[in-house]
Amino acid sequence: MDAILFLIFAAIAVGCGVNLVVQRHPISSALSLVGVMAALAVLYLLLGAEFMAAAQMIVYAGAIMVLFVFTIMLLNAGSERKTDKALFARLFGVPALIGFIVLIGFLIRTLLPKTENVVFGTFTEGTARGVGLKLFTEYLLPFEVTSLLILIAILGAVVLARKEI
Amino acid sequence: MEHLWLIPALPLAGFALNGTVGKRLPQIAVSLIAVAMPVLSFLWVLKTLSSLGSLETAYIERYFTWIESGALNIGVDFMVDRLTAVMLLVVTGIGSLIHLYAVGYMAHEGGYYRFFAYLNLFMFFMLTLVLGANYLLMFVGWEGVGLCSYLLIGFYFVRKSAADAAKKAFIVNRIGDFGYTLALFLMFVQFGSLDFGKVFAAVAPMPVEHSAGLLTAIALLLFVGATGKSAQIPLYVWLPDAMEGPTPVSALIHAATMVTAGVYMVARSAVIYQHAPLAMEVVAIIGLLTAVLAATIGITQYDIKKVFAYSTVSQLGYMFLACGVGAFAAGIYHVVTHAFFKALLFLGAGSVIHALEGEQDLRQMGGLRKKIPITFAVLCCAWVAIAGIPPFAGYFSKDEILLAAHHHHPWMYWVGVVTAAMTAFYVSRAMFLCFFGQYRGHHHPHESPFIMWGPLAVLAALSLFGGWYFKVPNYLAPLFPLAEGGHEMALVAISVAAGVLGIGVAYVLYVVKPGLADSIASALGGFYKLVYNKYLVDELYDAAVVRPIVHGSRSLLWRVVDVGLIDGCVNGTATLARGVGGVLRAFQSGNIRNYAAWVTLGSVAVLVVLGIAVGGAR
Amino acid sequence: MPSSVPLSWYLILSAILFGLGVAGFVVRRNIITVFMSIELMLNAVNLSFIAFSYQLRQVDGHIFSFFVMVVAAAEAAVGLAIILTVFKNRATLAIDDVSSLKN
Repeated sequence: MDAILFLIFAAIAVGCGVNLVVQRHPISSALSLVGVMAALAVLYLLLGAEFMAAAQMIVYAGAIMVLFVFTIMLLNAGSERKTDKALFARLFGVPALIGFIVLIGFLIRTLLPKTENVVFGTFTEGTARGVGLKLFTEYLLPFEVTSLLILIAILGAVVLARKEI
Repeated sequence: MEHLWLIPALPLAGFALNGTVGKRLPQIAVSLIAVAMPVLSFLWVLKTLSSLGSLETAYIERYFTWIESGALNIGVDFMVDRLTAVMLLVVTGIGSLIHLYAVGYMAHEGGYYRFFAYLNLFMFFMLTLVLGANYLLMFVGWEGVGLCSYLLIGFYFVRKSAADAAKKAFIVNRIGDFGYTLALFLMFVQFGSLDFGKVFAAVAPMPVEHSAGLLTAIALLLFVGATGKSAQIPLYVWLPDAMEGPTPVSALIHAATMVTAGVYMVARSAVIYQHAPLAMEVVAIIGLLTAVLAATIGITQYDIKKVFAYSTVSQLGYMFLACGVGAFAAGIYHVVTHAFFKALLFLGAGSVIHALEGEQDLRQMGGLRKKIPITFAVLCCAWVAIAGIPPFAGYFSKDEILLAAHHHHPWMYWVGVVTAAMTAFYVSRAMFLCFFGQYRGHHHPHESPFIMWGPLAVLAALSLFGGWYFKVPNYLAPLFPLAEGGHEMALVAISVAAGVLGIGVAYVLYVVKPGLADSIASALGGFYKLVYNKYLVDELYDAAVVRPIVHGSRSLLWRVVDVGLIDGCVNGTATLARGVGGVLRAFQSGNIRNYAAWVTLGSVAVLVVLGIAVGGAR
Repeated sequence: MPSSVPLSWYLILSAILFGLGVAGFVVRRNIITVFMSIELMLNAVNLSFIAFSYQLRQVDGHIFSFFVMVVAAAEAAVGLAIILTVFKNRATLAIDDVSSLKN
């Protein structure tokens, strides 16, 4: 069952990822990315990270991607122009990509210690409780610092998006 | 504390004042500052000496440590003994008079404040040189007076000849200084100190070196320094050219004080020299040679200042002769009397030049006796003094030297006597050409103002009676014991006769039968030309030293080493950087996706290496 | 068909997604798509974090990906603001036209 689920959602993720890259219109890419994230959320769940799966859906797919789509709409972004420069990428890009992935795969298979099979339900720490405990004890200071980071980001965004710059 | 530091500090203050704000001050204020400082310094010297009393032993004031590095410990210490006292009186006394004179002489010159600033700075360094209680402090003064000499010779720096003369003086002095510094190093290595007291205390118990040794080396190296500063063979060539400077400078620096620094230094180092008879012999012979050589050149020159310049070189030779034969006191004695009459000669010459609006050629003078009588009168005093006519200043000191020379080697005495005759001759020649006969120039001579002839009158009195009144050898007896044996009247008579003979011959040649001199000159032909052209020493140096250096520098150092090697390295580095940059610039496309592609490629490369390394290790 | 997959498969999936992200970054010319490619890469990394977390039976990997998410959110806010500004000034979203890194 786990294997089937993994294969289905991995296929969805890869398919959406490929679609993200090949689509010319940004809105198509954005929707593909949402698909990738959703598929990843399921995989997170399979790995026992239920809090992260929820956060993935809510924060990433929900908030960030909405922001993207909103910007695309706002700027009324159209399809990319075709240029001749893409020839090189077309000829060598796909083989290079495949080579890259094969390399990584080879490294993972040869260099990593033997990995166990992933069985759903064997790791249950990734609940909101488990993550929260860690986050508010051991990682309290970084967590608080992120609030500062977000504050700065908000200020930066406000300043940048103002009319006169 | 006698506050010896005030003696050099006063002129330094004058330099600082005139050097900084002198440009904005009225001329009268500049003059006041410039003259007051040496005079105050002179008064302070008098006050100090009177309160120090007999000065049987040296009086030392230590102020602060200047350099402390390992075993090297140099303090800023001033020392006064009788030798210093004599030099202090000469430097500040004659210096004050010449400052006073310069106020009149330089009145219409540009850069008035600059001139006096330099002159005061010179006083500061000269007094430091004399007062310093160790060789390094002396060296500070030594270099400082060289600097001031350079600045003042090149005072009319827009004139190329003046600038060249200044450079020549500086460079030639540098050669001498090289010897001096080597001597310093040697002394420090051997004695671990440069303090006069410590060095001399270390030298005194050492055996006298009858063959060349350490002390001989030190003494000779010191003497190399002295030949530079005091214009002896082979480094005398700068002094005649130094006459490009204003006349008061010639009088103060290049006749009365700075050029005698070498003599002072040798006398100060008497202990070292007395332990190195070989070096003494060298000093005596160089001095004698210089005296003869310069006197012969002096006979043929027509520029009045050049005549006196060669006379200075010749008289300095006398002083070194004295030191070389062991009569240090006589050498210092001659320093003093020479300061009187040579300063007077130069200032008198300056007065003549001033009267003739800058004319220096003896052939354009003549018959000035009636037109500038005061100048003539004072110059006559200098004349009899330098000619060695008793009982005037030059007679006493020259006599002491000649007697000491006779005591040492009779042939030195005879050469000295011939030189004395020549000295009398060339001075008389200059006097006769200048003041007797018919006026040959086309200017309107006028007498100098009081501020100029006032100091001249004082110097004239000193030239007449200074030698008789100031018995320097007696005063210096605690330092340099008087020579045993009285004056042999025969020797004295011969040297006086030589002087009279010189004057007489000059009288015949230039007054009784003018024109005879020219026919003698043409009869001598080539030899006369050789002497007139100063034995072609400048040309010789030019061919032997200057040109090889210039050519070597130009062809080897410049074209090969500088252009090829140094520039080549620099340009090569630049070319390399440009080439590499050209390659790297292709990466800097400004297109962010290009950058990303390169980053990816780089990380893949790292991964590959990692895979090979770790996979291989497994 | 085995009932479960090895963990390394997750990691390979992560690598594939990361590679796709790189490819999108390099190939795409629309600045917003480029930006989304970056997000894809971040997601791929998150996946590997969580996979390792499973392997080690520690929740720290989750925390890391949580922080990545936070940073991504902040980045999205600022990045999109920059895109807006660029668009306002240059009226273009083509990344080739915005090559002011050079001169």
